[in-house]
Amino acid sequence: MNDAELARALTGILGERRVLWKPNQLHAYACDGYTARQGLPRAVVFPETTEEVAAVVKLLHDHDIPFLPRGAGTGLSGGAIPLHREVIISLVRMNKLLSVDFENLRAVVQPGLVNLTLTKRITHQGFYYAPDPSSQSVCTIGGNLAENAGGSHCLKYGVTTNHIVAAKIVLPDGTVTELGTPYGDAPGYDLLGLVVGSEGTLGIATEITVRILKKPEGVKTALAMFDRVADASDTVSGIIGAGIIPAAIEMMDQLAMQAVDKSNYHVGYPTDIEAVLLIEVDGLAAGVDEVMDRVVEICRRHHVRTVKVAQSEAERALWWSSRKMAFGATGRISPDYIVQDGVIPRTRLTEVLQRIAEISRESGLRIANVFHAGDGNLHPLICYDSRIPGETEKAIAVGSAVLKVCADVGGTITGEHGVGIEKLEEMRFMFSDDDLAAQLEIRSVFNPKDLCNPGKLIPQPSRCAEVKNARHIIEDNWQIFGTFPEHARVLGPAHANDRRGPSATGTGPKDGAAPDPELVGAAAPASDLGPAPAVRAEVATGAAPSVAGTAPGGAAGAAAGRDAGGFEGDLGAQG
Amino acid sequence: MAKTEPELLSAGRQTAFLWPDPPEEDKYSVCVHCGFCLEVCPTYQEWKDENHSPRGRVFLIKEAAEGKLPLDESVIDPVFTCLDCRACETVCPSGVQVGALIEEARGQVHYAQPKTGMNGAIERFFLRGVFPHPKRLKTLRGLMRFYQKSGLRTVARRTGALRVLPKHLREMEAVIPDIEPKAAIDALPERMPAQGPKKGTAALFTGCVMDVFFSDVNMATARVANRNGLEVLVPREQICCGALQVHAGDREQARAMAKRNIEVFERSGADYIIINAAGCGAALKEYPELFKDDPAWHERAEAFSKRVRDISELLVEVGFDPPKGEVPCTITYHDACHLCHAQKIRSQPRQLLRSIPGVELVEMVDSERCCGSAGIYNLTHPEMAGALLERKMDDIPEGVEAVVMGNPGCMMQIRAGVHRRQADLEVLHTVELLDLAYQKEAKRG
Repeated sequence: MNDAELARALTGILGERRVLWKPNQLHAYACDGYTARQGLPRAVVFPETTEEVAAVVKLLHDHDIPFLPRGAGTGLSGGAIPLHREVIISLVRMNKLLSVDFENLRAVVQPGLVNLTLTKRITHQGFYYAPDPSSQSVCTIGGNLAENAGGSHCLKYGVTTNHIVAAKIVLPDGTVTELGTPYGDAPGYDLLGLVVGSEGTLGIATEITVRILKKPEGVKTALAMFDRVADASDTVSGIIGAGIIPAAIEMMDQLAMQAVDKSNYHVGYPTDIEAVLLIEVDGLAAGVDEVMDRVVEICRRHHVRTVKVAQSEAERALWWSSRKMAFGATGRISPDYIVQDGVIPRTRLTEVLQRIAEISRESGLRIANVFHAGDGNLHPLICYDSRIPGETEKAIAVGSAVLKVCADVGGTITGEHGVGIEKLEEMRFMFSDDDLAAQLEIRSVFNPKDLCNPGKLIPQPSRCAEVKNARHIIEDNWQIFGTFPEHARVLGPAHANDRRGPSATGTGPKDGAAPDPELVGAAAPASDLGPAPAVRAEVATGAAPSVAGTAPGGAAGAAAGRDAGGFEGDLGAQG
Repeated sequence: MAKTEPELLSAGRQTAFLWPDPPEEDKYSVCVHCGFCLEVCPTYQEWKDENHSPRGRVFLIKEAAEGKLPLDESVIDPVFTCLDCRACETVCPSGVQVGALIEEARGQVHYAQPKTGMNGAIERFFLRGVFPHPKRLKTLRGLMRFYQKSGLRTVARRTGALRVLPKHLREMEAVIPDIEPKAAIDALPERMPAQGPKKGTAALFTGCVMDVFFSDVNMATARVANRNGLEVLVPREQICCGALQVHAGDREQARAMAKRNIEVFERSGADYIIINAAGCGAALKEYPELFKDDPAWHERAEAFSKRVRDISELLVEVGFDPPKGEVPCTITYHDACHLCHAQKIRSQPRQLLRSIPGVELVEMVDSERCCGSAGIYNLTHPEMAGALLERKMDDIPEGVEAVVMGNPGCMMQIRAGVHRRQADLEVLHTVELLDLAYQKEAKRG
């Protein structure tokens, strides 16, 4: 099927106004919130019903055309970036709140409904939707499902997977199925748990049943400023250690404070403190004040310089926007940034932040830190300038080095942003080739042709620095990849784009002979990343022991997220 | 944003912006692509297409600047569907000046593809032929008054001659207010002394649309300023501010108009330049943007723009006497985009309105969302403008008697909405209500 035929077929299903296919109309879809890699889709379509999604998917499946679902495009790991000329199935027009059952605490939504819009629509009855990624004012619930999104308040309330009870899914061959159950626990395997956090690789959710919660009676929020990061870290451990379960504990370092203070969300942080904590407690009105008193007391015990409890809703809202806008505000101090998403045991915070500072010094790239301190989910913001040759690659390598530190102290490489294409190689810090192969087998049950968001989430087990070796493994295991040879035909010229830099540099994989490992989707090997030899060596040595229960993403990830309620997902962008 | 897929996204390296004063790299490189602007953008809310979102537009401008896209419809359409409402700038954590980028990009389009056909002819007639020329503007004003008063309007309406106009223009015709015999710039004396202790001298910028359709508002502005200790000057040689030209991409014409105004108001020696039209106020405050490549004029423009104040802004700044006359009515307030987003003026008009005895201000939801007027957008993009007007009308709380705002474009647009719904609603400017309260006070006292 050539491009013109495809455009005609898609237009036949959706009408002219809901299909973009002229090449110059597609540039705005070259990337999501992760900009370090970009590609052009083959078309962008805007279905409005489950039936339309199913019809489009069936058409694409029948013609072996790859596709990917996209929400608001705020994802930070590149999950919605088309690197194989995928047809983008944009779900933003499917933005209805289908029904609300206040008595039973359930709402049924379409995937394109914006996270905060759900809360706004039910707030008049005193209800809200708990997971609150920083991008909640724009990101969609479908995207949240794909990334198993979290947010500041997931410390107490759990991540997206704890709030989705059922979903209607269009499988990668266009059949429609329902997973989960609105009430109680679905008998049999937890397939919904598998799909939540699968980053759009197992199907497309078109109707989602979520839990809604009654708003807490009382909320108290405090801002605590510390001269030393170590004191702030100890305070976090102190609060949790005292048996208090705050709704949220967020931390920002000095560079992050400078960025937000330059933005529209100016708080006026002192320029000589090392860390600020934003601590919120909520619950029955009758206990909140006492709990906050204890929190303040613990801050004082750990040498807080000043600690202030919000006196008005406006003050509280400003503090929160200052935190939630911190990523974007980094644009005030740097033309580009990559935000990383490692998780560490909370008690190792001080030491890991020191390591990150060292990495920053060694690389010469500034790193701001904004994170969910309560559950040890770090967000180092690596500042760089893509206009300086080589700096994008350096920033990617620095991000990888940071994740290695997280993995080495017993943490994981993603708390909430997902793996996408950004952290494919870093999956090897967590999993052996056998682990990854097992995950791919699970994927192939749902997505046997690997047409649905190919090349995301799980690196092919064959990927390593030596392309020749890789090729062998793929050829030997090609049954895992199902219809791999057809890919080669269908994808055609696309694989030329599937790498970070031109192969002319000599470090990239060789062009030519099919089957090309590029086609099965991973990013260029870490050894392409240019400077930072130490990082390169670490990446190349690859697999760290897999850690059950802290595994990121995918098959294991979604289930793990459910167990480890503290894990968060943010900024998801696909259905 | 990275340039790591060179084969795919860069057909050539030559920038598509070949003319002077292109969109500046320092402006578009600030965007970090977070997408927080999407949900506040009226065109994205309607169409849900990234191409017609602030993030998408900035990305396309960047691609064109870097030569990855030609200056064709893929860039031009999104750049012109933008309302220039700046709602994105209010939420943007990174501080991208989307409005300025859009205006600069339109400047390139203006050079590259002069508009043809009826729309182009109309635009050239008004933007180059009428607005920059006070005498022609006066003539046009006279013709419109003649149309209204001579019975011609009655004939036109009765005979159905107006049916040749498209619906949105018919609606506009229906809601044009009765034109006063004289424009404020002619009716007001050149100097009006302050009442009470003098707080400063303010030169009144009368504007073009405001003075044609709503010269009453200019008169009220002068009275209210006087009443609050400001000496008011009305420099006769001033001309239209050039905002519509900037929005259309005709930056050359806008620069010429800006120079004239800067000279005229420098000569006036006033402490402040007061303005009651949000769009013009924003344009006057942004004059320096037009002279980036001309240091001497840039400096004069900076000095000029520092003195510009919206009337509500200045009254709160220098202190105003709360009126004692009572105006019993329930109102709601619409935030004109160029007041709230472009000039960050939100609390001052509300403070003035709340100070009026008898006025009950009921907030409307999403009061900061564009009503669709957006300069001449309602004439060039009637479909989108109409959809936004419907939403605005839906948002007006039940039971209010008046919608109050600070911009003539919005006043015309919302009058059209009131007409369309046959609603029992007054459309007023903030100073009109304030002026009414002062007049009642005078009568009482």
